[in-house]
Amino acid sequence: MAAVQETVDKVKTLDVDAYKYGFFTDIASDKAPKGLNEGIVRFISAKKNEPEWLTNWRLDAYRRWLTMVEPNWARVHYPKIDYQDLYYYSAPKSAEGPRLLEDVDPELLRAYEKLGIPLREQEMLAGVQERRVAVDAVFDSVSVVTTFKAELAKAGVIFCPISEAVQTHPELVRKYLGAVVPVTDNYFATLNSAVFSDGSFVYVPPGVRCPMELSTYFRINEKNTGQFERTLIIADKGSYVSYLEGCTAPQRDENQLHAAVVELIALDDAEIKYSTVQNWYPGDANGKGGIYNFVTKRGDCRGARSKISWTQVETGSAITWKYPSCILRGDDSRGEFYSIAISNGYQQVDSGTKMLHLGANTSSRVISKGIAAGHSQNTYRGQISAHRKAINARNFTNCDSLLIGNKCGAHTVPYIEAKNSSALFEHEATTSKISDDQLFYVMQRGLSAEEATALIVNGFVRDVLQQLPMEFAVEAQKLIAISLEGSVG
Amino acid sequence: MLDIQNLHVRIAGKTIIDGLNLKVDAGQVAAIMGPNGSGKSTLSYVIAGRADYEVTEGSIKLDGVDLLDKTPAERAALGIFLSFQYPLEIPGVATMTFLKAALNAQRRARDEGEMSTPDFMKKVRAAAARLNISQDMLKRAVNLGFSGGEKKRMEILQMALLEPRFAILDEMDSGLDIDALRVCSEGVNALRSPERGLLVITHYQRLLDYIAPDVVHVMSAGKIVRSGGPELALELEKSGYADYASEAA
Repeated sequence: MAAVQETVDKVKTLDVDAYKYGFFTDIASDKAPKGLNEGIVRFISAKKNEPEWLTNWRLDAYRRWLTMVEPNWARVHYPKIDYQDLYYYSAPKSAEGPRLLEDVDPELLRAYEKLGIPLREQEMLAGVQERRVAVDAVFDSVSVVTTFKAELAKAGVIFCPISEAVQTHPELVRKYLGAVVPVTDNYFATLNSAVFSDGSFVYVPPGVRCPMELSTYFRINEKNTGQFERTLIIADKGSYVSYLEGCTAPQRDENQLHAAVVELIALDDAEIKYSTVQNWYPGDANGKGGIYNFVTKRGDCRGARSKISWTQVETGSAITWKYPSCILRGDDSRGEFYSIAISNGYQQVDSGTKMLHLGANTSSRVISKGIAAGHSQNTYRGQISAHRKAINARNFTNCDSLLIGNKCGAHTVPYIEAKNSSALFEHEATTSKISDDQLFYVMQRGLSAEEATALIVNGFVRDVLQQLPMEFAVEAQKLIAISLEGSVG
Repeated sequence: MLDIQNLHVRIAGKTIIDGLNLKVDAGQVAAIMGPNGSGKSTLSYVIAGRADYEVTEGSIKLDGVDLLDKTPAERAALGIFLSFQYPLEIPGVATMTFLKAALNAQRRARDEGEMSTPDFMKKVRAAAARLNISQDMLKRAVNLGFSGGEKKRMEILQMALLEPRFAILDEMDSGLDIDALRVCSEGVNALRSPERGLLVITHYQRLLDYIAPDVVHVMSAGKIVRSGGPELALELEKSGYADYASEAA
């Protein structure tokens, strides 16, 4: 008997036991151990003090995820991901980071400088703790954020972390979470549903035109949202909102796998404009390291005459797998997709859009500019479809690829499917190369090889740059130049 | 000013320029005439620094500065300008943007500081007016959809803005009707100055009626085979290039 008791006691002290059953009750811990199981999912949910329905929603996603297989149809190659070798939760870091700007990686500062980012912002992006007082006096982030929040509240716009919305507006979150990207949608989205860390929540009430561009910039104090970001934006009837995601500054992250989900819902006569600049670490010159960016972004034009517009500038990540899409459900609704995807080094991009025409008189427009340099591979993959009932559906797609050098590749894979005879779809595609003649012409006028390439590329992507909010466009233009550094030699 | 000594140039293993000597003084307008394939365009590219040309021997100096180890942009900043026979199109880049980028890149390289936008606009407008270039054309993408004449006028506009020390006009007259030829030539003549050297490359004497050269050189099989005054051009117009046989393919 004593011996048996001893064995039981011993087992209790074993790590394996603690891992399997014990740890998740310890919500004081800042970090969950590596690996994924129901315990981890519960742990994340408990950490965020989530209601039971959401815990169950996550668990349901996790169980489905176990039955799914990782997709392999994209034109990207990477070593098999060991999902049990990843961390799925770590508390946001606050007190770490360099103390002074002088302590920051000089390479990072050089990039900031090239982008023309003001000193104040550089400090914020680099996570510097002791900020220069003089600069702070001009750009006090706290006061900016406060003014910003007050103005939004006046308009009735809700803009907060999704974890906060779960607590303060559970009815909205419960109604719309997973309404556009269902739990079962795809491998990465399902994984995100199980373990999502945090992200933005936006609700714009009926008839309200959001008084300013909503930007993650104003959520910078809530960064480290982790690799499984979840964003939900709802534009109620007749409202308008423009949302900017990301920033042009290079972003490094210790987490290699990023699987975000973004859901947009536009009700009758509402309009959502969603702009992204993605500049995650692309890996080193030999293609080592770099972020895997496996994102699911989808908008639901649920209401009649609603409109959703995606604009993206993708320059970072080792692998990009991303298809911001529109479900054109409401009659006379409209979807737009404007994209610049630049790949250099050994980057791989498989990106595009889906425009699913369900309602009558729906229209969509796709302008995609892919630029491949170095040894990179750049694929546009797009699906345009018209349902039986999508009478008079219209789409125009223009898909241009530009090659720099002779070791890269550009590919265009359009899927077009019209199930009624009144649909009219147009697809235009070109592939071109920056010619030596063109480069020489520009260099003869005084521009260096890199400046000349940037000028030509900026001309190539002009139609899309024009879709970006003004100040974003200027930064994006510089970012394009930086992304192409070393592409000509 | 420009001093080329014993220049030998190969491309893809084939000799194109074979021991060429050429001097152009400041204030001088020199014409180079010669049959197709004699290496005239290659010479202009090599002076401007185009890659793919292998200089196996010789030197090219501008005001005593060796150009051969310099990039095209560095040469441009030193004052080399090439008016292209076939100016290139750059879709999506407004002509005005292009002109400003070029001017300021050169000014930065010379530590002169960038030109302010109002000053720049004033300068462009004045030069454009002299060349019959409309404001609308300046807003369009560089050379995109321009007629042959418009492209050449745009080359001369760039020359007027960049104020080079030494300009090469590579077959400026090709693709031009008489009226456009006159406008372009007047533009070039307005830029003649005691400090500036000009090298005019052409097949035809006709251009030299508009831009009167001080000296005429005949190029054949990669070297200068004869030099003389303006009368040499007239003589060539009559007799053709047959006397300068051994025409390279």
